[in-house]
Amino acid sequence: MTDTTIALPVKRRRPRGAFNALGLFSLAVLLFWLLAAVIGPTLIANTGSSMGEAPVFAPVSAVHWFGTDFLGRDMFARVVQGARYTVGVALSATLLASGSGTLLALLAAASGRWLDAVLSRAIDTLTSVPGKMFALIMVAAFGSSMPTLILTAAIIYLPGAYRIARSLAVNIDAMDYVTVARTRGEGRLYIMLREILPNIVGPMLADLGLRFVYVVLLLASLSFLGLGVQPPAADWGSLVRENIGALPTGGAAIIMPALSIASLTIAVNLLIDNLPGRSVRGAN
Amino acid sequence: MGAVVTVSGLNIVAATRFGDMAIVKDLNFRIEPGEVLALIGESGSGKTTTALALMGYARDGCRISGGSIRIGEVDVLGLAPAQQRALRGRTVAYIAQSAAASFNPSRSIMDQVVEPTQIHALMPRAEAEAKAVALFRELALPDPENIGARYPHQVSGGQLQRLMAAMALITDPELVILDEPTTALDVTTQIEVLRAFRRVVRERRATAVYVSHDLAVVAQMADHILVLRDGVMRELGSTEQIIEAPRNDYTQSLLAAAQPKMRDAGQVSGGAGVAPLLEVKGLSAGYGQKTILENIDLKLYRGQAIGVIGESGSGKTTLARAVAGLIAPAKGSIVFDGRQLGTTLQARSKEDLRRIQIVFQMADTALNPSQTIERILARPLQFYKGLSGAPLKARIAQLLDLVQLPATLAQRFPGGLSGGQKQRVNLARALAAEPDLILCDEVTSALDTVVGAAVLDLMAQLRRELGVSYLFISHDLHTVRSVCDEIVVMQHGRKLAQVARADFERGPHHPYYEQLARSVPELRRGWLDDVPAAVAA
Repeated sequence: MTDTTIALPVKRRRPRGAFNALGLFSLAVLLFWLLAAVIGPTLIANTGSSMGEAPVFAPVSAVHWFGTDFLGRDMFARVVQGARYTVGVALSATLLASGSGTLLALLAAASGRWLDAVLSRAIDTLTSVPGKMFALIMVAAFGSSMPTLILTAAIIYLPGAYRIARSLAVNIDAMDYVTVARTRGEGRLYIMLREILPNIVGPMLADLGLRFVYVVLLLASLSFLGLGVQPPAADWGSLVRENIGALPTGGAAIIMPALSIASLTIAVNLLIDNLPGRSVRGAN
Repeated sequence: MGAVVTVSGLNIVAATRFGDMAIVKDLNFRIEPGEVLALIGESGSGKTTTALALMGYARDGCRISGGSIRIGEVDVLGLAPAQQRALRGRTVAYIAQSAAASFNPSRSIMDQVVEPTQIHALMPRAEAEAKAVALFRELALPDPENIGARYPHQVSGGQLQRLMAAMALITDPELVILDEPTTALDVTTQIEVLRAFRRVVRERRATAVYVSHDLAVVAQMADHILVLRDGVMRELGSTEQIIEAPRNDYTQSLLAAAQPKMRDAGQVSGGAGVAPLLEVKGLSAGYGQKTILENIDLKLYRGQAIGVIGESGSGKTTLARAVAGLIAPAKGSIVFDGRQLGTTLQARSKEDLRRIQIVFQMADTALNPSQTIERILARPLQFYKGLSGAPLKARIAQLLDLVQLPATLAQRFPGGLSGGQKQRVNLARALAAEPDLILCDEVTSALDTVVGAAVLDLMAQLRRELGVSYLFISHDLHTVRSVCDEIVVMQHGRKLAQVARADFERGPHHPYYEQLARSVPELRRGWLDDVPAAVAA
């Protein structure tokens, strides 16, 4: 009996399903980039690959909103073109990695014993393969395409998501309410999705936000090795790298793609922290 | 040597989004040197908050908003934060409820016991260790010379609680705060710990504050009792006056809840020709190589309540788990309503599972925090009965009514309920399956006396009205006696005796049952002195 329970007046919450201001803002940023990825290339006539019309590393102007790059191409067009790769590939790879990692972890926790052991050791084996080496093999075998890149990044980041989700799920699995569900005769799927998943989804979403940043970085480094998105197309990470020459002069060409990456990752993380029904401190 | 403690006009508030809310209101009391004052009340009454305030400390989100606290010559609330830190552990010492959670598992006991003297630079380490050994001896700890070299997990819970007292007393504090120090212990262990505490407190003439919800325990320890409710003092008086002639209504209800009370038995269809509902034959079970239960036989008739009693590690919870199908027995069989039950959950039919439900001790971990009460109660109804729509809603309302909860609770999450309410929801979930047998694992031991008594009343009433049977697991003989028709006494995984209701008070009984019976604290002064030494051993 530690008297920690204090009779507080009933908390009046925001109605369930409503976003707060910060959540709405981050949602808007995310939607903007998603839109750019999906319909951006068709809206912008300038493909961003014509050269020679503008000076190299031009500053921000009415014509070139984001300046120009090391070949004099319009940076805004380049960034919008790149959104497809960064938002599309990175976001879907992250969702795939976290989603399948969580599902496998739930299966392992709810099944226990040998299935848990087999799954965990198999996934541990994956972690022993260096990520970039694995990507090299994948690209060599299947060529560099968006599906290959998504799958590759997802496989590289799945073990981490699995490990975190499994340790969370195993703790929840030991709770009495899961035991009650078991003695009721509930199936494995119900226990996984109804009893355990809602209680680990908070930390898993936080992990997803973090993992997303790593996938963006992985894509950029793959492009650097010539394994990722192939020139002249470029994801945002590659845009930062190819315009690295603008760094000493503080050119827009390097700042703008970097800002784009920052705005996307911050938006994803802010959105996760401000999802409706979740208090920021995670306690309910 | 203790100091005078004076508290006047103490107000503590909690910050909420609607502004400050008072949790302790205008409290005044004075403790003479060497006296023990008990703070008593239910969860949320502000007793721990008050005790912590004596160290100038308020929990996160709380604030001491007014009043003064003086320990001897020191004005605690007037001190700067650094001076308050110097006060804590030196002038005021605190003994928490869970010693297991208060010790660092990776450091030796001696390191931790002498730590306060080192932090406050009171004496050289060798001197502190010698003093610690003397304290261990005073607290009747086994092998006082060497116990300090052990690690917290190498000693028992009762020993750890006494080691924590040694840690608190090593600086010769002027005020000792004991916050429910025996609540987490078995009754038999509780006696030795209470004895040790009382002896050191008396010998050192320390001023002490004893926080508890258990009046019977407090009656052994305290000179004066302060009854708190909702942060307001209800009554303050000498221990004799409070337990013999309480003036306040609330104090009277506390006393009533603490009195042993027989609850009506209901209809038991026992007798010669009737087959038992549950029959456990020669049951042995355990985890891996370790055997926990050995050769248990048990018969339970429809409508009957059987209590299973024993201390921690006696195997009583394992018995309930084996009956529930959570542990496959190594030997023996479980026959339910004339048919042998499968040993695992998978081997049992849905109907078998429906007829046996389980209610756990910790209401917190037994309710999924992400589901509303309505959803928690709806699931067994959908699962077993296929109810939906209006009949489902109606049945949920009916269940809530059955466990005496308001229907408005249905839309809340478990986090917004009190301990007693949660335990009622747990019961309602079990009842939703319309079971023949409910396995109750320590259902009231995490609750206050008053709340626990209300839950027991409810369970007795449900038995009368619905004819449901209980297998009631508890370490508290007092609880078991009040609701059960028969008591099975267990120790070290074996069944020692079975006592029928008519014989609860009549002997002769198995010596272990006698020991358990004598270990239940009685609500009178001097009980601790009367308990034979053999019990405490």
